[in-house]
Amino acid sequence: MSLKIVVLAKQVPDTRNVGKDAMTAEGTVNRAALPAIFNPEDLNALEQALRLKDAHPGSTITILTMGPGRAAEVIREGLFRGADNGYLLTDRAFAGADTLATSYALATAIKKIGEFDIIIGGRQAIDGDTAQVGPQVAEKLGLTQITYAEEILNVNLADKRITVKRHIDGGVETVEGPLPIVITVNGSAAPCRPRNAKLVMKYKRALGAQEKAAITKDGAALPYAELYDKLPYLNITEWSVADVDGDLKQCGLSGSPTKVKAIQNISFQAKESKTLTGSDADIEGLIVELLENHTIG
Amino acid sequence: MNNVYVYLEIEGKTVADVSLELLTKGRKLATQLGCQLEAVAVGSGLDGVEKQVMPYGVDTLHVFDAPGLFPYTSLPHTSVLVNLFKEEKPQICLMGATVIGRDLGPRVSSALFSGLTADCTSLEIGEYEDKKAGKVYENLLYQIRPAFGGNIVATIVNPDNRPQMATVREGVMKKEILDPNYKGEVIRHDVAKYVPETDYVVKVIDRHVEKAKHNLKGAPIVIAGGYGMGSKEGFDMLFDLAKELHAEVGASRAAVDAGFCDHDRQIGQTGVTVRPKLYIACGISGQIQHIAGMQEAGIIISINNDPNAPINTIADYVINGTVEEVVPKMIKYYKQNSK
Repeated sequence: MSLKIVVLAKQVPDTRNVGKDAMTAEGTVNRAALPAIFNPEDLNALEQALRLKDAHPGSTITILTMGPGRAAEVIREGLFRGADNGYLLTDRAFAGADTLATSYALATAIKKIGEFDIIIGGRQAIDGDTAQVGPQVAEKLGLTQITYAEEILNVNLADKRITVKRHIDGGVETVEGPLPIVITVNGSAAPCRPRNAKLVMKYKRALGAQEKAAITKDGAALPYAELYDKLPYLNITEWSVADVDGDLKQCGLSGSPTKVKAIQNISFQAKESKTLTGSDADIEGLIVELLENHTIG
Repeated sequence: MNNVYVYLEIEGKTVADVSLELLTKGRKLATQLGCQLEAVAVGSGLDGVEKQVMPYGVDTLHVFDAPGLFPYTSLPHTSVLVNLFKEEKPQICLMGATVIGRDLGPRVSSALFSGLTADCTSLEIGEYEDKKAGKVYENLLYQIRPAFGGNIVATIVNPDNRPQMATVREGVMKKEILDPNYKGEVIRHDVAKYVPETDYVVKVIDRHVEKAKHNLKGAPIVIAGGYGMGSKEGFDMLFDLAKELHAEVGASRAAVDAGFCDHDRQIGQTGVTVRPKLYIACGISGQIQHIAGMQEAGIIISINNDPNAPINTIADYVINGTVEEVVPKMIKYYKQNSK
């Protein structure tokens, strides 16, 4: 018996390593200077899915992502590591979505995928840190959820039950829930296995329609164009709002109850500060000062 | 109707600090808006729970007490809030940005189609003009949080949908008793009317909760290391200095992500908020999301070999030097000069 698993993955700017060149002279974020990466916790989720596939041969893993054309990279990366296929939700109408509109779009696409036992994704994405999309997708699909998962311990296919170890504040708990279910995985879970060389060979030319269009836009020929008819798995499927029968009112900005009122770049209230060097005299002077005013005792 | 609600997080029979902090904030918001503060307690064996929360100025406490409501699972607690909110139509709902709050909040917001902002660092009341629609909204909740990895601060509003929901981390708001004899009403609800039997589908098989290994939140002196510490071993000297000064060790997110320090010591928007009398930042550049968690420290010392590190602008003392050089000297001169 096998499982049908959908992995929710997001391409994110690497906000963890915001260097100086990532900020413009005006102090705004220069998104172009930040590399786009596979959201780290989504990789932890992919590993849990791959382990289930190892344990239950015949299981399939579908990567589902939403974003611009280049987000097909996330699907390719998933294929390199053992996923079976993927869908890229991409449409201008999805732009400006808050977590609720994002969850609506993902849930609609999951319904289009049809059969599934487990929907699994990272606990949160590093560009928003909200941890909201997993539970909201679960609610939209009418499924229960297990968040902050550390490890899937067991899936009982006969009883359709899953056992998961998860983090709670100040500890851990083990819970058992019914399939189908939505699971979100913590960054402390097992890291994702590396790319598989054979799969990289197989899928390295896999492209989405927008990626192909970008290559050929100035009249250039698409390299290995004949492959894409011969090997259908090299065509990464893109879905628009219409493809998933989405309701435009619930997508993007119009489907987002939260609005951004203001974005501020931070200017700190500069304090008058004393500047010291690392010399013995400066450090001893500071320690003596802190002792005298009883800051340290 | 149209009141401010706080979801009470309850471990066993004890209301969590974060909920008491939110009651304090919720009381202020309710007073400013001229409405009432209500709280929701969901759990098992909650007799007397009102004594823990009334002093914070709760006007109405809704108690949902039944076996199966503790330990927390997602669906029953969601049903309580969703069905109660459909009746009561609150304007604001606050909950802790804890594992429970971050599991429950999004589910409730999805069911009610109301906006939710995670990990707010400040909540205010103000107006919002929707220029496109030519509409001005008054008395909205400003949900203020660092965004984009903590490089900017965003103010979020939910103009049209209710309740306006926000989660806030423990320690961000201050807990303050309003009146030890505050009298509010207690309503004990019939749980079965709110929670269908089919909600009890997830079973908690095993559960371990330990007391925190350290007291970072309450420590009078915090020594925090950043990515500039270079390694897990680099943090050892911070623990040495902490031992001398009776301090606790914290870390920036970059240091935690790099594996130099345990996650439970992370200071900042997505970690612990601290208000020590002395904060020593070692090799920390000072992204907004870090500063959000320590800017109320009394005295800030920044040790950094980059004189332009952003944290230096809020520091009282800036030591231009490497941590490897400065920290051992601090230990040496502390030993020499303290009695």
